[in-house]
Amino acid sequence: MFIYIVRRLLSTIPVLFGISLILFFLLRSLPGDPAQVIAGELATQQEVELIRQQLGLDEPVYVQYAKFLSRLVRFDLGKSTRTQYPVTQEIAPRLLNTVILAVTATLLACLLGIPAGIIAAVKPYTAMDMVVTALALFGMSMPAFWLGLMLIIIFSVKLKLLPVGGSGGFVYLILPAITLAAYLIAAVARNTRSSMMDVLAQDYITTARSKGAQEKTVIIRHALKNAFIPIITVVGLQFGSMLGGTVLTETVFAWPGLGRLLISSILARDYPVIQGAILIFALLFVLTNLMVDLTYAYFDPKVRYE
Amino acid sequence: MSDQENRKEPIRKDRHEEFSHWRTGISKFLRNRAACFGGMLILLFVLSSLLAPVFYSRDPNAQDIRHALEPPSFEQPLGTDELGRSILARIVFGGRISLAISLGSVALALVFGVPFGLVSGYFGGKVDFIIQRITDVLLSFPPFLLALALVSVLGVGIKNTIISVGIAGLPHIIRITRGCVLSIREQVYVEAARAVGTRDGIILFRHILPNVMVPIIVNATLFFGMAIIFAAGLGFLGVGVQPPAPEWGTMLGSGRSLIFAAPHVATFPGIAIFLAVLGFNLLGDGLRDALDPRLGYE
Amino acid sequence: MNSEQLLSIRDLKIRFKSFEGVVTAVEGVNFHLAAGETVGLVGESGCGKSVTAMSILRLLPKRSAQIEGNIHFSGMDMLAADEEALLKIRGNSISMIFQEPMTSLNPVMTIGDQLAEVFVLHRNFSWNEGREKAVELLERVQIPSPEERARNYPHSLSGGMRQRVMIAMALSCQPRLLIADEPTTALDVTIQAQIMDLMLRLKEKLNTTILLITHDLGLIAETVSRVIVMYAGQIVEEAPVTALFKEPLHPYTRGLMGSVPKLGQKFKGGARKLDEIKGIVPSLQNLPDGCRFNPRCPLAMRRCRERAPGMVRMGGQRRVRCWLAGGEK
Repeated sequence: MFIYIVRRLLSTIPVLFGISLILFFLLRSLPGDPAQVIAGELATQQEVELIRQQLGLDEPVYVQYAKFLSRLVRFDLGKSTRTQYPVTQEIAPRLLNTVILAVTATLLACLLGIPAGIIAAVKPYTAMDMVVTALALFGMSMPAFWLGLMLIIIFSVKLKLLPVGGSGGFVYLILPAITLAAYLIAAVARNTRSSMMDVLAQDYITTARSKGAQEKTVIIRHALKNAFIPIITVVGLQFGSMLGGTVLTETVFAWPGLGRLLISSILARDYPVIQGAILIFALLFVLTNLMVDLTYAYFDPKVRYE
Repeated sequence: MSDQENRKEPIRKDRHEEFSHWRTGISKFLRNRAACFGGMLILLFVLSSLLAPVFYSRDPNAQDIRHALEPPSFEQPLGTDELGRSILARIVFGGRISLAISLGSVALALVFGVPFGLVSGYFGGKVDFIIQRITDVLLSFPPFLLALALVSVLGVGIKNTIISVGIAGLPHIIRITRGCVLSIREQVYVEAARAVGTRDGIILFRHILPNVMVPIIVNATLFFGMAIIFAAGLGFLGVGVQPPAPEWGTMLGSGRSLIFAAPHVATFPGIAIFLAVLGFNLLGDGLRDALDPRLGYE
Repeated sequence: MNSEQLLSIRDLKIRFKSFEGVVTAVEGVNFHLAAGETVGLVGESGCGKSVTAMSILRLLPKRSAQIEGNIHFSGMDMLAADEEALLKIRGNSISMIFQEPMTSLNPVMTIGDQLAEVFVLHRNFSWNEGREKAVELLERVQIPSPEERARNYPHSLSGGMRQRVMIAMALSCQPRLLIADEPTTALDVTIQAQIMDLMLRLKEKLNTTILLITHDLGLIAETVSRVIVMYAGQIVEEAPVTALFKEPLHPYTRGLMGSVPKLGQKFKGGARKLDEIKGIVPSLQNLPDGCRFNPRCPLAMRRCRERAPGMVRMGGQRRVRCWLAGGEK
C-alpha cells in the first residue's frame, strides 16, 4: 500500500505543473494588454511602460513562467486589481465558506443518497425503486441554480421560513446546501443502486446466503463493503462537478464564498483573483481525487496488502 | 468446417452481429417506456425549435411595457416578462439557441475528442502519454469552471459559449474513447485483422470505430443535456449568451431579481431546461440499456 | 415415504419469469437420497441440474422463480418452511459448494472471518472463537500455514485452495447433506483429483450424504454409487453406477457414453471421428413435441414424436423415460 500511496502522490506533481502552466497562459491569452488594463484607461504611455516593467511583462516567456512558479510556491498570488489587497487575503475567508458549503452538501448526499440507493437495489423494480430512480433522474436533470430559485420562492417568499440569502448562521446554510447537494444526492443514489445491484448478483452473495445468513446480514456485511469502492469513486468525481456548481449556487444565495468571488472577478476583469480562485478550485479537486484514491486503497484488500 | 470457412468467419461475423445487434437494440429501446418518453421530449424540443419561425407567430422580442410582468393568462399562457415580452415565445425561440449551442459543443467535443482518443488508445506509447497527461490536467478542473475560465478569456456571446462548453467536455470524450479502444484493441478479431496484414488506418476505421460508436453515442446524448445546463449556467451568470437573446439561462438570470414580484418569470425557463435535459438523460440511459449495458462506461 | 430417506423430491417444477415470458426450466423431477449415499446428477449445461440443486435450499431468486412440487428434507417441507427455519438449515444441516471458486468467496473478508461466520451463525460462537475454529478447519482441508492463511484475503489463494476453503466452510457444521455443484469443473485436472479425494474422505468421516452435480462422466464413474441423468429439464434415466455404465438404457445416456474418448478405442469401419449426438440441445422456450430428445435420437419412432413418455421402472432400482422401455406410466 505504501508504494501505491507514494506513486499516487508522485503522479500528482506533473498535474500540478500542468495546472500552473494553464493558469499562466490564461492570463497571457487575454485580449488586450494586461499592463494597460491594470494601469487603467487614463494612464500615460510612460505609466503603462512602468507597470509593464514592474510586472516583468517585457521579459521572455519562460522567465515569466519561472517567476510565476517561484511566486506560486511562496503562496504569492499577486494583488487584486480591484481592492489592491493580496489575492490570498481575498481568497482565504471565502474559501472557508465554500468548503463549509461543499462539505455540508457532501454529507447530505451520502446520508440521503446511499441509503436510498441501497433500498432501491434491494427491492428492484418495486414502487420504492421506481420512486428513487425517478427522483434521482429528476435531480440530475435539474439546473441547480433554478432549483435554488424555486426553493427561495417557496421557502423564503411564500412561506417566509428561511432567509433569502447571505450568511450568518446555520439557518442561512440550509437552502444553499440542499441546492448544491441535489445533483450529488441524485448521482450517489443512482450509483449506489447500480453498484449494489451488481454486487448482489455476484457468486459470493449466493455463498453467503447458502451459509444461512439473514438477508440483512448479507446486505450489510457482505454486499455493502464491496459496493463502496465504486460509490466512493463516483462521489469523488462528482465532487468536482459540485465545486463548479458552487459558483452558481453562491450567486443565487449571495453566499460569501470562493465561487461568488470568482464570478465577480470575471465580471470586473480582476485577473489575479480569477487566476488565484481557479487555482484553488483545481487544487481542491486534485486533493479530493487523491483522498478518494487513498480511501480506495484502504477498502480494496488487493491494494492494501500488496 | 473447412479452413477457408474459418478464415472468413471473423470478419463476416463482425458485421453480421453488428446488424442484428442494432435491430435488437432498437426493439429493446422501443419497449423501454421511459426512454421513449425521453425521445418524445427531445423530438418536441427539436421540432419546436426548428419550426418556430415558420409556425409560431409571436415575436419573442416584441416589447409591450403596458403588459409587463403579467402572470399566465389565456392571452399569454406563460405570462410576460419585465419588458412585456411573451415568455412562451421567448422560451420557444430560446430553444433554438439551446439547440444550436448543444449541437455546436457536442460536435466540437466529438470532432476533436474522438480522433484524439482513438489515436491515443490505439497507438499507445509516447503519443498516448502526452495526450493523457494533457487530458489529466484538463480533467483536474471542474468542467464548469473550465468553461467559465474560457469565457473569461474569450469573451461573452453565443459563439464563445459553444467553444467553451465544447472544450469543457472534450477531455471526458477523449477518456471514454480511449478506454473503449483499449478494451477493443485486445479482442481477437483485431489481432486477426492485424495478422493478415491490414493497415492500421483500416483497422481503426472498420473494426474499432464501429464498436466505439455505441458508448460515444450514449455519452454524446448525455453531453447534450450537460451542454444545455452549462450554457444556461453561463447565461445565468451573465457571461454566456447576452440579453436580449432569449437564452433560457439568461432569462433565469434576469428573472432572478423579480422573484418577489413575479416568480413566474424565473420559473418557466427553468422548467424548459429541466425538460430538455431530462429528455436527453432518459434518451441516453435508454440507448445505453438497449445497445449494450456491458460496454465499459464511466 | 421411506423413513431412511434424507431428501425426497417429488413432481418438482421450476419456472422462471423473464422479459420474453415464462420458461419452464425443470419439470416432473422425482428422486430421493438416502442417508450416507453419494449420488450423481449428470447432464449437459442448461439441463436444469443446478437449478434443481439450488431449489433445495431455496436459493433461486424470489422474484423470478416459481417453484411447484414437494421437497422434503428429514421430514421437513422445504418449500413451505418459513425464513427462520430455512436459515437454520442452510450451512448447518444442508450445505452447498459451487462451481467457481474464484468468485465464490467475498473479496473483502478474510478467509478466517468467512469460515468463522458459519460458527457465529449456527453455533453461537463469538468471532474470536470462530476464528480459532477456522484455523482448525483449514488444517483439516490440508491448507499449509493455516494461521497465516486465515488472515489472508481470497485473492492470495489459488483456485484449488479456494475450493478447499469452500469445502471447509460447507462441512464445518457437519451437515447431513452436501450439495456439490460442479466442484471441480473450474479446476485443473491434477487439482480435481485432490479435491474429490478430500471431499470423499471427509464424507466418510462425517457420514455426509453427497449430491454431486456434474457433466463429467469420468468423475461420476469413480465417485458415486447411483446416477441420475437429466436432459432438457427432465430426468431421463436413473441407475446404480455400474449398471449405468455397463448398459445405458436411454439413447441420450448411450450417446453421452459413446462420445467420451476411451483408451484403446477402436473405431468402427475405418471411421476417424468420435461418435457424437447429432443436433443441439433444444432451447427451453422451443421444446419439441413428444419426447424432448426425439429430434436427436437415432432410435426415434413415430410415437416418440407424438407423445412424451413417462418414467418406467425397470428392475435393479433403474428407471428410464423412453418408449423403448415400454409401457405408459
